[in-house]
Amino acid sequence: MGAISTNNRVGSAILHGRNCVPTLKDVMAFLETLIKIAVYAVMAVTIVAAIGVVTLHNLFHSALALVGVLLGIAGVYLALQADFLAGIQVLIYVGAVMTLVIYAIMLTQRLGDKNIPQTNRQGFAAAIVTLLLLYLLIGTVCRTPWLANPPARHIPASALDLGQALMTTYVFPFEAISVILIAALIGAIVIAKKEREP
Amino acid sequence: MIIPLGHILIFAAALFVIGIYGTLVRRNIIGILLSIELILNAANVNLVAFSRSTSLEPATGQIFAIFVITLAAATAVVGLAIVLALFRTRKTILTDEMDLLKW
Amino acid sequence: MEYLDQLFVFAKRLMLDLLARFLPDWIVLVASMVISIVAILIFAPLTMMYLTLLERKVVGRIQNRIGPNRVGKFGLLQPIADGIKMLTKEDIVPFQADPVLHFLAPVIIVMPALLIFAVIPFGRGMTAVDLNIGILYFIAVSSISTIAIFMASWGSRNKFSLLGGMRTVAQMISYEVPMVLSVVPVILVAETLSTNAIIEAQSAGWFVWTPWGLAGFLIFFLCAVAECNRSPFDIPEAESEIVAGFHTEYSGIKFALFYMAEFISVFAVSALAVTLFLGGWKGPWLPSWLWFLLKAYALIGVMFWFRGTLPRFRVDQLMGLAWKFLLPLALINIFVVGFWYFSPGLWKWVGSLGILGPSFWIFTKLNRSYVPENRVYRLAEDENNETVGA
Repeated sequence: MGAISTNNRVGSAILHGRNCVPTLKDVMAFLETLIKIAVYAVMAVTIVAAIGVVTLHNLFHSALALVGVLLGIAGVYLALQADFLAGIQVLIYVGAVMTLVIYAIMLTQRLGDKNIPQTNRQGFAAAIVTLLLLYLLIGTVCRTPWLANPPARHIPASALDLGQALMTTYVFPFEAISVILIAALIGAIVIAKKEREP
Repeated sequence: MIIPLGHILIFAAALFVIGIYGTLVRRNIIGILLSIELILNAANVNLVAFSRSTSLEPATGQIFAIFVITLAAATAVVGLAIVLALFRTRKTILTDEMDLLKW
Repeated sequence: MEYLDQLFVFAKRLMLDLLARFLPDWIVLVASMVISIVAILIFAPLTMMYLTLLERKVVGRIQNRIGPNRVGKFGLLQPIADGIKMLTKEDIVPFQADPVLHFLAPVIIVMPALLIFAVIPFGRGMTAVDLNIGILYFIAVSSISTIAIFMASWGSRNKFSLLGGMRTVAQMISYEVPMVLSVVPVILVAETLSTNAIIEAQSAGWFVWTPWGLAGFLIFFLCAVAECNRSPFDIPEAESEIVAGFHTEYSGIKFALFYMAEFISVFAVSALAVTLFLGGWKGPWLPSWLWFLLKAYALIGVMFWFRGTLPRFRVDQLMGLAWKFLLPLALINIFVVGFWYFSPGLWKWVGSLGILGPSFWIFTKLNRSYVPENRVYRLAEDENNETVGA
């Protein structure tokens, strides 16, 4: 009796028939709901930003919207407990790739050309096709019975695991990627280089 | 996992489809490149989500995502170099104005 | 002693204990986060305000002046006066500017600067969030600021802004590469990405007292100065060439935000250099947080010293330093740390010095200074030149 009257801290604990202070479990459940809401919000914002990427008239704005999308996806990675990947995503995509893209936009857009249409005349057809595709994909996802993972195996992969896997199991793709990077580097320099005046 | 796998897959599918729409509709090469980045990212989200919930090795999907990110960087670099070279010679980066090989 | 060392940790715990008497647990949990956030939000602008004063004082002394001394004793109230001036100034947006970008850029540039503080270990047990990817987080978040600079330079619709933005981004991308590579040896030896664990790994001795640590520290520090766009790497805001670079068109509180971001990142990179190479908060006698601040402010002092003494780089020198000197040296440094890790006793020292010394010498020899040929401006000397004079 006394326990309930003095202990009016958390309704849920009383509802569950326990007259004790909220346990760590309750708090974690509360936080989990918060995180869940946050993740869904991030996803929604990401989708909106993605629509911005393909529809905004000013290319600079759409590149910035893509930055938003990439950050949102980094947030989704965090929710999937892939924090190393989230860091890599921000570092490489936002820090490097997007910077390059924006640099190219600034070099190629002249300040004046506002009135050039940025989309071709296939917008309607493309929208129908992509909506059909979306319908198909969502239908497939909903109809497939996904195997739920037993919770005992939920160990997030740390940076150490990733590094070890990269250096042992996946060492061949790793080397191949390095070669591709070097090739891309040299290729980009050769292509973008000014041709020598004859 | 906090979020059910299906929801993340639908999210990725939406991103993918938006990216497809962008590649179909945009006139500007850089705009198309941005849409391709969207598509690659959708694939990445799928890789990570699958490896998180169904695979025995949670590292596998993440490593493939890292490979994809690296490839996307390489694509962007080469693509932008081509764009700059095009802009220098043709003074345009709109795809439907690059019709030199059409006749 | 122990009490003084853990002063802030105890203060936070005391507050939480007080809250826990009245409030349910989850509020306490949220409060513990809020307290850390508020502490950072107070500390960062305060640091910035007094760093401006410190810089003006130090540079003044270097230039044989006294520096600000009118407002308050030793000019101690000068930052507050400056702040009031900034707040009350008119906010001017250029007519042709992109209003959204012009507004968002100063807001966005402050965010990464503040977010960085989450992983900085200010003292024993005084990291706001001990992420296990701390260093990666730091590097990743600080790379977002280039986007904000792009937004500012593009949104202003001003040729000086655009030029400044181009220069900034070229510089920041170039210097980010050797900066990240110079951190790699530390991560390899400490076998962790967490800032706290890296400091723990330096219990035996600071990393700067090893050959690879010294080389890494110098590379990191130079790149850090460049990343903050500070002199002698202040090409992006070179006032004699392009007015003020990307923030030419900003005034009032927006300009203050750019200024704040710059000074906060000055503090943040110094703090990271201290964490990575100078043993973080480790040190005898004094409390840990005091050690940390002392070391960080020593590095900041060196930055001010640079500003007071060194002339500005030319663009080609700047790029050359990053790509032709720091980058290969950082790569060799990674090799050296592998050698250091696997070889015994004295061989470590002989071998790593034997690799680092000659390569340093070779790179300095290869990077001989390039003097551009003398340009002839035809209009200026039309007496000798018939083609113009006619």
